[in-house]
Amino acid sequence: MWTTRWQPFGLGNIWSEMNRLQSEMNRLFDRYGFADGGRRPAPAYPALNLWQDADNLYLEAELPGMELSDLEILVSGGNQLSLKGKREAPSVEKGAWHRQERGYGSFTRSITLPQEVDADKVEAEFQHGVLCVTLPRREGAKPRRIEVKAE
Amino acid sequence: MSEMVKKDTGTELATAERTRTGTTYTPRFDIVETDEELILYGDLPGVAPENLDVRFENDRLIVHGKVEPRHQDHEFVYGEYGIGDYYRDFQVLEEVDPDHITAELKNGVLHVHLPKSEAVKPRRIEVKPR
Repeated sequence: MWTTRWQPFGLGNIWSEMNRLQSEMNRLFDRYGFADGGRRPAPAYPALNLWQDADNLYLEAELPGMELSDLEILVSGGNQLSLKGKREAPSVEKGAWHRQERGYGSFTRSITLPQEVDADKVEAEFQHGVLCVTLPRREGAKPRRIEVKAE
Repeated sequence: MSEMVKKDTGTELATAERTRTGTTYTPRFDIVETDEELILYGDLPGVAPENLDVRFENDRLIVHGKVEPRHQDHEFVYGEYGIGDYYRDFQVLEEVDPDHITAELKNGVLHVHLPKSEAVKPRRIEVKPR
């Protein structure tokens, strides 16, 4: 954009330079959708929490309305975990929806675990809509206490 | 407002008075209306049936679910969501039959059925031939 306004002391050049920079920035942000706040990438689903102790990692996800049999949990490569499933919408015949806040549909989420785990001994339990996957840490990944000898 | 059930809590965090420490969350709900009833579906993951309190008083449906803390003896590594109690209340503007409200909780989803009172159910008028 060219400013045709006359500026004394040569300020015109600075302003048009600023304008150019600003429109460049706008274009950049607009392309990635952050300028209007409307097209941010959707947060990954499901949200995950992770805990650990000396023996296991505990990965947890809130998946209300699902069954363990609807879920596919895959551990590969020692530290890759993927979670797959589908949540069905309630079937209501001839009803008017007044409010819909809950989401439905298929999801897949893959994460890299912070440590190597023993894929053969992974256990999952599902209670009250909460999935908890217990992932035993591989021997080499377990913390080891180093004896500090006093002289 | 054409909605039969009005949402009262508009923020992410519920504003109900609490007697326990910790964060209270506003659960997500779907509301469907049929000729016979209003059906509410709410996501309350982590709530055991014995820790859920659903009551209807003064035309308000109040849902309060307590969540037992999890993984307290484990070391926290990473988190994307918080764990806490749930609270939500709805002003029910439609006339419902309070004696026949039913609720069930399955896999963390609450289903509440609010049958409409006879007076407000749509009625088909028979047109007789003459």
